[in-house]
Amino acid sequence: MITITVNGQSHPVDVEPDTPLLWVLRDTLGMTGTKYGCGIAQCGACTVMIDGQATRSCQTPVDSVADASIVTIEAIERDDIGRKVVEAWVSLQVPQCGYCQSGQVMAATALLKETPKPTDEDIVDAMTNLCRCGTYNAIAAAVRQASA
Amino acid sequence: MNHLFPNTTQPHTPAIANLSRRGFLGASLGVGAGALVLGVLLPTGFARGQAEGMGAVAPKPGTRVPAFLEINADGTVKLLSPFIEGGQGINTTLAQIVGEELDVDPARFVVECAPPGPDYAIVNGLRLTGGSFSTRSSYAVMRRLGATAREMLIRAAAARLKVQDGELATEDGRVIHASSGRSLAYADLAADALTLKPREDVPLRDPATFRYIRKPVARLDVRDKSTGKAVYAIDQKVDGMLYAAVRHATHFGTEPEGFGNESAVKAMPGVHAVHTLPGAVAVTADSWYRARKAVEALEVRWSKPAPSGLETIAADFSSDGMLAALKSATGKGLSAETEGDTAAAFAKAAKIIGADYDAPYLAHAQLEPPSSIARFNSKGDLEVWLPNQMPELFQAMAAKTAGLQPDRVTIHSPLLGGFFGRHFMYMTANPFPQAILLAKATGRPVKVLWSREEEFLNDALRPLSHSRFRAALDAQGHPTAIEVRTVGEGPIGRWFGAVFKSPLDSSAVEGIIEKPYAIANRGMEFVKVAHPVNIAFWRSVGHSMNDFFYEGFLDEIAEAGGKDPFALRMDLLKDKPRHKALLQAVADLSGGWRRGPYDAPDGNGKGGKRARGVAMASPFGSETATIAEVSIDGGEARVHNLWIAIDPGSIVNPAIVKAQVESAAALGLSSALFEQVVYQDGVRQSSNYDSYPILRRDHMPAVHVRIVESGSPMGGVGEPGLPGVPPAVANAIAAFGNQRIRSLPISKTRLSGV
Repeated sequence: MITITVNGQSHPVDVEPDTPLLWVLRDTLGMTGTKYGCGIAQCGACTVMIDGQATRSCQTPVDSVADASIVTIEAIERDDIGRKVVEAWVSLQVPQCGYCQSGQVMAATALLKETPKPTDEDIVDAMTNLCRCGTYNAIAAAVRQASA
Repeated sequence: MNHLFPNTTQPHTPAIANLSRRGFLGASLGVGAGALVLGVLLPTGFARGQAEGMGAVAPKPGTRVPAFLEINADGTVKLLSPFIEGGQGINTTLAQIVGEELDVDPARFVVECAPPGPDYAIVNGLRLTGGSFSTRSSYAVMRRLGATAREMLIRAAAARLKVQDGELATEDGRVIHASSGRSLAYADLAADALTLKPREDVPLRDPATFRYIRKPVARLDVRDKSTGKAVYAIDQKVDGMLYAAVRHATHFGTEPEGFGNESAVKAMPGVHAVHTLPGAVAVTADSWYRARKAVEALEVRWSKPAPSGLETIAADFSSDGMLAALKSATGKGLSAETEGDTAAAFAKAAKIIGADYDAPYLAHAQLEPPSSIARFNSKGDLEVWLPNQMPELFQAMAAKTAGLQPDRVTIHSPLLGGFFGRHFMYMTANPFPQAILLAKATGRPVKVLWSREEEFLNDALRPLSHSRFRAALDAQGHPTAIEVRTVGEGPIGRWFGAVFKSPLDSSAVEGIIEKPYAIANRGMEFVKVAHPVNIAFWRSVGHSMNDFFYEGFLDEIAEAGGKDPFALRMDLLKDKPRHKALLQAVADLSGGWRRGPYDAPDGNGKGGKRARGVAMASPFGSETATIAEVSIDGGEARVHNLWIAIDPGSIVNPAIVKAQVESAAALGLSSALFEQVVYQDGVRQSSNYDSYPILRRDHMPAVHVRIVESGSPMGGVGEPGLPGVPPAVANAIAAFGNQRIRSLPISKTRLSGV
């Protein structure tokens, strides 16, 4: 049994230690806001914050984060910066299909925690999650709005 | 134009197909598969929809108010939509249209996908979400539905208040009797209203008074999608369900013949059972990750593919070989468009040019991997949760798979995490039959989820295609004739051929024919060469490549005639005011046409050179004109700006239109620059986003969209932004003077600048 802390709450989970955090969140804990896209840390749909860092949970073995603070999209509006990011996403009508947007919002929140006033280059460097609907420009505009 | 419905007034006489097991299992995906799909559909939506008007039993689709609207006590309105929301904004668009006439703020609408039923067959007697049909097919119907419902509410209020209908008005969900100051909420009137006979002659609102239509109303699902609350097929869970992971034959068409280590795999943690499926093996387990680990560990013996040939995906099949087969096809072509006398024009031409163009197989690569849940109840009835673009067809096919009548199958159609054509019925490319077979085998509800790798292995693909062009020019460099031979196969022929029967597959030639340019002599022909590959609709379908072919070759004509490509187009459109205005609109949007190369605006000669290309397209009832600005750096194209003018005739939501055009442009650019599914030795070479690169943020250009409402009949919006982008980019590259891109993706070619 491994115990992980998600959104401030402890959860004992009975899984193999190498199980990716993504599947523990989705299938064991039923927190489906974090998405499976590629499984190889390419697309970023599974992005969560681990100790404040944007992390791709599909390549994060659960036993490696037993002592960490994990924040998922389910708690994003409890975070001051996360709330600003969500408001910017809504105001600029960023999502289309929406599937990648949990990961995008997490990545944006982590970026603004680290760099409150990101340059365009910072945004390109940090916001590497894929979006098949091509909402990249709207995402960048929303990050800028949330940082204002 | 996409001729999915070539003639809406003439009843179709579809063939009833032979529903063979072989066909179902997709062992051969030749012509039989499409016939089968439609054969299954006919008893439900299609036949009943067509029967309407002959005094038939079914209601006229889109008219029965209770099939669409529920007015709730809290002031919200539930709208059951004929369409599936997958990011195109159709839920919001419908709320705007209905809300405008019903007189309820669209923000208070809750829109859900309706269950199967004849009421929803409003796309020319069919129900589907695709072909950029949703808004244009439902606009008039949904306005009338809202107006009819409002009038029923007014009559119910008149009876309740004992006043004349004419004394009543409505205001955002309430019926108002101004002279007495009384008012009633729609919710309090709904039950009474629904007992009234609807009137067929209710007047519609004067468009000059629209409050919601033509306004950038906020999309209804954006907050949920920004906070992880939106629920997709992959997020569904039912009590007692097993998770299944699947491994398909790497070599499509081969079958599992046995396992080397079944007992070891069965002993792995959480494993319930090991299964054999058509063309695949599966493991059911108590979590998907455990199921996947187990199925990956299975040692499977597969049957052998045919050694050679193009009937199936043979051991030596390759995409290069398929392209070579298309290029060398000798079959006689079917005429797709004939005008004038091309032979005479070529005979007296001052100059003749020719070129071959091709485009590769493409994957949909939507971010949500496909999944499905199947659950049988104690009576043996089936419930399925599955991504789809045609609920009635999926219900019918699920019933067929389970050996049930369709009325014993309940279908849930969740939000789609991207589709772009991915979720039509593609037989082996849909996971729901596996879920049904596994639920039967285990006696438990089963959720099948395909890993990203399985999705790249099994997705149905945008077909590879080839076109050979020839043009005749007169002594002034003006084109007098154009000929093209397009070789391949389109998805309409594959999947709907049994219904439409036309030997000419519109989805194979759209974008090549019906161009607006005044070239007097035209001979366009189509040669069908079937792919052994499972082929699909992919955003903008035939236009996704054919407009690249045609508009690229048109630039070659301009070059051969010593003309500027923009000026030539203007000249060829001089009798087409709608197109000419649109071309001028995109030029204006871009600050005036200039081809270049010129110095980049942001450097003192150090920013390098940029150049522009232009292209037009007439997709899905809309018109587009596109200009791309490109530089070449390190042998690669870099697109800085895309300017797109779109004329969809008239619109409902300008913000959604702009978002869709930008999205389509991004996908068009992605396909132009990077994408291709390559087959080698019968096996696809891409298995994930690392081996199938798609557009990333660092290649996303600025996209500038101008909507032109010409007042022409309403066209589509979801797809039309795409087709102009690949040719505009290729034409911009050509403006550097060194390369003419005739084969996609552009990344295959190392480019040189000036």
